Amino acid sequence: MAGKTLTRMDLSEAVFREVGLSRNESAQLVESVLAYMSDALVAGESVKISSFGTFSVRDKAARVGRNPKTGQEVPISPRRVLTFRPSHLMKDRVADGNRK
Amino acid sequence: MIRSELIQKVADENPHLYQRDVERIVNTIFEEIIGAMADGDRVELRGFGAFSVKKRDARVGRNPRTGEAVDVEEKHVPFFKTGKLLRDRLNGK
Repeated sequence: MAGKTLTRMDLSEAVFREVGLSRNESAQLVESVLAYMSDALVAGESVKISSFGTFSVRDKAARVGRNPKTGQEVPISPRRVLTFRPSHLMKDRVADGNRK
Repeated sequence: MIRSELIQKVADENPHLYQRDVERIVNTIFEEIIGAMADGDRVELRGFGAFSVKKRDARVGRNPRTGEAVDVEEKHVPFFKTGKLLRDRLNGK
């Protein structure tokens, strides 16, 4: 396993190589894609990208949590969390690519 | 929102680009993320979240229908952790 970390820069570099746009515009397009996805999620919508995966927003009810270090009870207020469900294609490619 | 709607939004915002180029751009982004994880790499998108690969150890599983024990090999699965900014925005902060 290589164990590198890719960032926005690597994604915009890939866009730059794929389409004949400037590096600057490629970076802006990556930003746009992430912003539209985030906005939809914040609006409570799911984002389903076929052959990639589904991002969905779930509501979590309030509960009493516990500080694991001190054992003290702390109230956890209701909140919204994001879950990602990878597509079968992503699961298969990740499993195949990392097999020894 | 589905892939085609995402492509449409980006296309509407960039009328100087051909629709098919916008499709290639959006597809390239997702393809790059899958390719990185298939290589065992992480993709960290600050404010949005991070995609990484988690190892699941080999285990003895059970066929839920027959109850028979089966060996399940070690495998790697994709994982996504929401970024702080997006998590806060989801909760109206």
